[in-house]
Amino acid sequence: MTCDVVIVGAGPAGLAAAIRLKQRAPELQVIVVEKGAETGAHILSGVVMDPVGLDGLLPAWRDEDDRPLRLEVSEDRLAFLTRDHAFSLPDMLFPARMSNKGCFVGSLGAVTRYLAARAEGLGVEIYTGFPATEILYDDTGRVDGIATGDMGIGKDGQPTAAFTPGMELRARYTVFAEGARGSLSRQVIARYGLDRESGFQKYGTGIKEVWEVVPGKCHPGLIRHSVGWPLDRHTGGGSFVYHGADNLVTVGFVVHLDYANPTLSPFDEFQRFKTHPSMRGLLAGARRVAYGARALTEGGWQAVPRVAFPGGALIGCAAGFMNVARIKGSHNAILSGMQAADAIAAASDTIAPRSYESGWRTSPIGRDLYPVRNVKPLWSRFGLAGLALGGLDIWTHALAGVSVFGTLRHRRPDHASLLPLADITPMAYPKPDGVLTFDRLSSVYLSGANHGENQPCHLRLADPTLPIRENLPRYGEPARLYCPAGVYEVAVAKDGTPSFVINAQNCVHCKTCDIKDPAQNITWTPPEGGGGPNCANM
Amino acid sequence: MKKILVPVKMVLDANARPRVRADETGIDLSGMRMSINPFCEIAVEEALRLKEAGQAEEVVIVSIGPAKAQDTLRQALAMGADRALLIQTDETVEPLAVAKLLHAVVMDEPPDLVILGKQAIDDDCNQTGQMLAALLGWPQATFASAIRAEEGRLLVTREIDAGLQTLSLPLPAIVTTDLRLNEPRHCALPNIMKARKKPLTIRMPADYGVDVRRRLKVLAVRPPSGRKPGIKVATASELVGDLRAAGLV
Ligand SMILES: Cc1cc2nc3c(=O)[nH]c(=O)nc-3n(C[C@H](O)[C@H](O)[C@H](O)COP(=O)(O)OP(=O)(O)OC[C@H]3O[C@@H](n4cnc5c(N)ncnc54)[C@H](O)[C@@H]3O)c2cc1C
Ligand code: SF4
Repeated sequence: MTCDVVIVGAGPAGLAAAIRLKQRAPELQVIVVEKGAETGAHILSGVVMDPVGLDGLLPAWRDEDDRPLRLEVSEDRLAFLTRDHAFSLPDMLFPARMSNKGCFVGSLGAVTRYLAARAEGLGVEIYTGFPATEILYDDTGRVDGIATGDMGIGKDGQPTAAFTPGMELRARYTVFAEGARGSLSRQVIARYGLDRESGFQKYGTGIKEVWEVVPGKCHPGLIRHSVGWPLDRHTGGGSFVYHGADNLVTVGFVVHLDYANPTLSPFDEFQRFKTHPSMRGLLAGARRVAYGARALTEGGWQAVPRVAFPGGALIGCAAGFMNVARIKGSHNAILSGMQAADAIAAASDTIAPRSYESGWRTSPIGRDLYPVRNVKPLWSRFGLAGLALGGLDIWTHALAGVSVFGTLRHRRPDHASLLPLADITPMAYPKPDGVLTFDRLSSVYLSGANHGENQPCHLRLADPTLPIRENLPRYGEPARLYCPAGVYEVAVAKDGTPSFVINAQNCVHCKTCDIKDPAQNITWTPPEGGGGPNCANM
Repeated sequence: MKKILVPVKMVLDANARPRVRADETGIDLSGMRMSINPFCEIAVEEALRLKEAGQAEEVVIVSIGPAKAQDTLRQALAMGADRALLIQTDETVEPLAVAKLLHAVVMDEPPDLVILGKQAIDDDCNQTGQMLAALLGWPQATFASAIRAEEGRLLVTREIDAGLQTLSLPLPAIVTTDLRLNEPRHCALPNIMKARKKPLTIRMPADYGVDVRRRLKVLAVRPPSGRKPGIKVATASELVGDLRAAGLV
């Protein structure tokens, strides 16, 4: 079937693009396909949201009864943690543009459900439970749409009785809004060499839990970030703790994926973080109610590839519009969706939405990302000292409008940062206590992750022998540790022979393995429609 | 058969992880994924198979629930049903009221067969089909694991303790489905697109003169208490000793 615009992914970026297209050109047929079983099922974020995107897209949203954001940030704290102490860092370290004033604490899943309702009200067709698995090209090499995945293919790759073929959706424009490390976005970037000048993207993995705390301990609107412990000086990342309504507190942790120690486990760092004295009080008597994980892009300004290509565009985190210094990307996701939509609605041909490509750097997105562009490279190069330098750099920007560093390039892709076992001290993590800290399996249970049993493994190994042959002796097979869902295991037979096991049904679609495997041997592909986590309000 | 009626319920998805509200009044459903009750989905599938085998002409779906239950009806339409009816209410409707409403719907458009799920996975009542059979005075076969239409009668196989039991029912009749009856189909995208245009009527309980107010009072809803960690014993005699000490043997 043929439509005007097909959008891959019902996140904030994809839905904003759909809404804007219909606002501009109501006659267009706009179709959104989403791999989650319903809108929001695969959305995981903080979220402290800068409303600039929503304000532009739906200016009346604040007056609506079903508005998804109601709680403004009331107090904003940043701390540096050592094992036993938390040193709060004064606000004045950070220029106004970093402030969270006027931002909202909420759930990005709820925001997407709201946007989906608005989009459907405007006539957008949203099909959930349908991953786009293939890019269609026409004879001229232009992207001509996508195909959704087949259903009812067995483990052995053969059709079962339930076989239902996928569908080709051809379109004048195809917009990729898959979020960080999109499986088709990667292909389209490679096909057109969109990253020729920008180079590789940088990533982090964010792990998040929602806790229902004892009444009185939740201060709605309070947000807290920390850097430092439990990470060492060389490993980038930090925590976020957002107090919401109804005694629900979001507790999360981001680890930058350029860490060097292959025995590091982002999941266990997060578990350890919760045992910090500054956390124990908040979580005493509390109950963990949700769990999930998702990669985020961290490369910023200099890592954004060309965003327009023949027949379509990349938007949101698929393009990498994340501000790592503010840990915010959802506002730029919406803004970029709008810009791409404007370019498409105004275009008379089906070539590339050029005005989007040429416009974003001078738009609010560019103004958001440019001043903080050196934070990530400095953090990667110099650890915490680099972060301080980064802060200074933002200040010089705020005051003088220039950076002493110019624009620093990212030095190496995240998969190339691991050191061999021989060169590191192995990490040792405490056992989970089942109260404050947990193991992966009970966590995955809470994520609601589920995949149909009888289907091909959606985590593809280019070389199935490589994990045991190379990764195990050299790095101790880091997949066992970086995967926050316990998908990868090394099983040892009675005679001592190791084998690589993939528990694909546990996958929470964070994409970390696709990013971090040192040999780039693992490719994440979309599983059968509807599979994956079931986040309600993440 | 001319017409099969399939009542379906929208329930909290089996994979969602519900949170009991702190005030113990129930489960917080906001943002939770809702789906068609698995037993109802099996009922839809069975009705469609009967129709596709030429045994029935029309499959009509009915649901009683909130506006969002339209999604559940659209899913049944995408599977292949012909039209749908929503009796819209935000009340938690108890089995007796559901049976009364269904009774009214049956009077409106008499079907030859009503296939229901044996129970809904949210309240596990397992009552509606039986109550509807009683209200209508129709024969019923519950927990069906196989259904065959033959010379104007229905042969229904049920799994019982002693093995398999097959009942022969005259029509019209009520059947409730068990898990093993069939494996529901996937909805193909083109069918979902088509289902958007199939007729879906909305009515209110009052249109049928049925009072859906609750008669049962829920005292409290609490999450199950966490399982206590087990202990490891080294020998069988140690195990027996511990069991004795606990007064279990
Ligand atoms: C732990 C964490 C904390 C964060 N905190 C904040 C914060 O506080 N504030 C903030 O502003 N931002 C925050 N972010 C960033 C923010 O979440 C992202 O910038 C934002 O989600 C990007 O939106 P998007 O629409 O581009 O992609 P996403 O939100 O990732 O949405 C992509 C959608 O596309 C779907 N999809 C992907 N591939 C396919 C496919 N092939 N076929 C069909 N569907 C597909 C996915 O299922 C998903 O629904 C955080 C991110 C993380 C991980
Ligand atoms: S298998 Fe990969 S994508 Fe899935 S949860 Fe593990 S690291 Fe994330």
